[in-house]
Amino acid sequence: MALGALLLTGCQLPTFGAYKGATSQARSTFHLWQGFFIAGIIVGGFTLLLITWVIFRYRRRSDEMPRQTQYHTVTEIFYTVVPILIVIGLFVATVLVENTVTAVEPNPAAKIDVYAFQWGWEFSYPNGVKVIGQTTDAPTMMVPTGQTVRITLRSYDVLHGFYVPEFNFSRYASPGYYTEFDFNVLHDGVYRGQCTQLCGLYHSLMFFNVRSVSPSAYRTWLRVTGAYQRTHPNSIGQLPADLHANINGTVPSYSGNSGNSGNSGSGNTGNTGGALSGD
Amino acid sequence: MTDVIAPPGTHEPTELHLPPEVPLGDGHEPHGGHEEHGPTGILKWLTSTDHKVIGLSYMITAIVIFYISGIMALFMRLQLATPHSSLLTFSQYNALFTMHGGLMLYLFAGPFAFGGLANYIVPLQVGAPDMAFPRLNALSYWLYLTGSITMLLGFFVAGGAAQFGWVAYAPLSSATSSPGAGPDLFLMGIALTGFSAIFTGVNLCGTIFYLRAPGMTMFRMPIFTWNMLVTGILILIAFPVLTAAVVMLFCDRHFGTHIYTATGCHLVNGHAMVSCGSPLLWQNLFWFFGHPEVYILALPFFGIVTEVLPVFSRRPVFGYKGMVFATMAIAALSTGVWAHHMFTTGAVLLPFFSILSLLIAVPTGIKFFNWIGTMWHGQLTFTTPMLFSIGFLFAFLMGGVTGIMLASPPIDFAVHDTYFVVAHFHQVLVGTAVFGGFAGVYYWYPKMFGRMLRESLGKWHFWLLFIGFWVTFMPQYVVGLLGMPRRVASYPSNLGWQSYNLVSTVGAFIIAASFAFLLVNFVVSWRKPIPAGDNPWDAHTLEWFTTSPPPHHNYTHLPPIRSERPTWDYNHPDALTVPHGKGVHTNGKANGKVTASV
Amino acid sequence: MKVSAVFLLLLRTFFGIVGLVYWFWSYEDGGGLMLLGVTLLGFLPGLYYFFWHRRFHGHKYFFWGNIPAAGDRPSDREDAEMADGAGVIDAFPGSSIWPFVLGMGAFTTVLALIFGIWLAFIGVPLILTALAGVTAESRRGGNV
Repeated sequence: MALGALLLTGCQLPTFGAYKGATSQARSTFHLWQGFFIAGIIVGGFTLLLITWVIFRYRRRSDEMPRQTQYHTVTEIFYTVVPILIVIGLFVATVLVENTVTAVEPNPAAKIDVYAFQWGWEFSYPNGVKVIGQTTDAPTMMVPTGQTVRITLRSYDVLHGFYVPEFNFSRYASPGYYTEFDFNVLHDGVYRGQCTQLCGLYHSLMFFNVRSVSPSAYRTWLRVTGAYQRTHPNSIGQLPADLHANINGTVPSYSGNSGNSGNSGSGNTGNTGGALSGD
Repeated sequence: MTDVIAPPGTHEPTELHLPPEVPLGDGHEPHGGHEEHGPTGILKWLTSTDHKVIGLSYMITAIVIFYISGIMALFMRLQLATPHSSLLTFSQYNALFTMHGGLMLYLFAGPFAFGGLANYIVPLQVGAPDMAFPRLNALSYWLYLTGSITMLLGFFVAGGAAQFGWVAYAPLSSATSSPGAGPDLFLMGIALTGFSAIFTGVNLCGTIFYLRAPGMTMFRMPIFTWNMLVTGILILIAFPVLTAAVVMLFCDRHFGTHIYTATGCHLVNGHAMVSCGSPLLWQNLFWFFGHPEVYILALPFFGIVTEVLPVFSRRPVFGYKGMVFATMAIAALSTGVWAHHMFTTGAVLLPFFSILSLLIAVPTGIKFFNWIGTMWHGQLTFTTPMLFSIGFLFAFLMGGVTGIMLASPPIDFAVHDTYFVVAHFHQVLVGTAVFGGFAGVYYWYPKMFGRMLRESLGKWHFWLLFIGFWVTFMPQYVVGLLGMPRRVASYPSNLGWQSYNLVSTVGAFIIAASFAFLLVNFVVSWRKPIPAGDNPWDAHTLEWFTTSPPPHHNYTHLPPIRSERPTWDYNHPDALTVPHGKGVHTNGKANGKVTASV
Repeated sequence: MKVSAVFLLLLRTFFGIVGLVYWFWSYEDGGGLMLLGVTLLGFLPGLYYFFWHRRFHGHKYFFWGNIPAAGDRPSDREDAEMADGAGVIDAFPGSSIWPFVLGMGAFTTVLALIFGIWLAFIGVPLILTALAGVTAESRRGGNV
């Protein structure tokens, strides 16, 4: 199909304002965006030209009564069927990219639990490392480049949005269920993120960063930081003392409980929402 | 007194070949339409059940609320003109965008369309003396007014107005996260205006199904009336769900239920409590209302545009039946797409909602091409209502295209809750409610008041609004793609977003200036009136047959109704509207009788 | 009349199909129930008009009875003259204080939920008075 061909040649097209994408999933989304934008220009531009043409060509010239045409069946069928075909094409492209973006693979290289709260983020690693930061003291999530990173996203209190613009991706963090997604970062770098779902007073300040380093540097960091946090528990950032609510009814404790990190909050998977997230 | 009405046409035609007259009341002689009926002054406003009085009350209240909400928007744009402005506190800003959204969507766009214009115009367009349930109509207005006051009272209570966004997502809207009376007032305002809308929906459907004049079959109704019928049905589908959801939220806030909140869910022997609430439920319920709501807001204004374009092209509506079926298709599809607002929850069936959302483009496109077809080969005059209608076409075209982009989940993941979405919905909503709504104001003002609005001032209003509109919202698309989230009172200064925000703020003030011209126009046209006559635009539909303003119970004479353009057929017997399927050109029948049926 | 019936029934059949598809595809309760509700909501007036139309055109009422055809109402006939609609259309109360009273009662009762139950002592009597007034007004055919 023409749309597919356009997608394949996407790297030569302009970006139309979006990010090219720092993850492989983001690149797919970016190419889809380019395809949609071009379709939009074609269809929208054609209609725009028609309207503009009509305005100029059919300005009132005389008092002559214009033709009182009320319908033209062939034309009407044409502009019913053609949009349906375009829509089907857009939908097929959408489903292909969507399956790529939402796919979760069985054995990711890194698994990180992300908890959102008012107004910051907690990143919890399998070996017990926790990175916690609030508002402008933005926490940085370390991830390995080129490998699959699995994020399990939850919230301690209200809805938040985990949004990294350069990943072309966002997902809600909600209390009551968890949601999972994967990403594969393509190049080393620091990518800014921000909360995108209104969560109260300091919603505008809920920043975080994703820092992608080589896999060996990532493993080193994980090991060193894990050791350091076990011996210096006070170095871990603090959750707010008045954290409104949490998933399992107890205030999360984090000092010296390295074994708990994967379990806290996972007991309540809520409704089937969690199951659908892996579609 | 109660008027028991017999329809027009029970006497023999007079020598002037005027259509037969209406006997008013119980055997009284026909009046010229200027007799005073019932109380006057403030008591008239409090007790009238006349759809024209009620419709005007709605429209005036709605336009006042529009200006109030516009001023809120100006403050918001001033705050965002600089990255870390100290003009407003975070709390005030959050309250402003919540109330701006709430006022515009619950208190202006909807009530203006179905409570105001439809109330006034639909009975006139079908040839009815009033709405089907006049006292229910009046109740709708009082519930609307009190609901609006309830919502606005939020600003005057301790803790301020609601700050959780017009969508009031749980659990942010729970009592722990949003305490105080402001949020409760917001929610109760929604409940009151929700009932107001439901009663109006009942009235619209009842009037259109039962009170049409003889000969006004369903497929001869004006498209505005068709759209209002579909809107009425959508109201009956959507608003009860909203009211129920809001009542449940109120119970969560005050009566200790856990319908939407997952807090306090305790592990019992390692298993979650069954009675854990679900924030997702609020989103599902709200958007099941919310998406039909935006079509409830859009369809009446589509109808207005479909009234204005034919008149100022001197042609009939192109593809009348296609328009009707497209409207029905839009309504049907709109109830199946609600979760496209929830794509980023990770908990909804993405392909189902995506395909239905993409499909809505098809009937909308049909309407678009029919509008263009209406103007094709026409003789266009660019009066103010026509300019606003064409402005709507441009605005909605781009808004619709960006909507198609948002219907694709991967793209939505990238731009959800950013200014890209803000720009999209403002384009479609301002395009329909503002451009379309004020097209209706300028078009029907002469009918309602018997005098013309000034064309020159109207054109200033249009051009400033059109320019300001693009200047305001185009930068928002760009900055949204760059990653600026919505509902933020400040943003980082090192990301290059400030210049776009500054341009957008300038545009907002241009829009504000345009609305000053509207106020001046109202004042000038009232002080120095230019009489309008019955049909200043040589318009087509039935309401232009009666006097301006219409008399009590609307009609003293009615023409024969043989097509969707009864007034045009009466005035232009040489260019009759031919029923669908009977050929495309006129054949000069003088008496308007067409023997074959559709 | 026929148009109304067809319109509503078609819409509802569409919702029914969409609802079934959604239910079986997603197993999601909230949306499925809402779509079912919409389907049933439309069947109510749609079937009403459908059977009404059949009666007016002389078809057997459902499967029994023999009603002579009365034809369409004047507003549904394409060649109707104004005189065909002669006679009383309906009663349109010209002015009435009761909607205002009922509205104020509803307003005060709602505020009672927020500001204190004492307001309900004003609001509920207003509502009850308005309901009584409207009923009396309707029975008398005019203002009370």
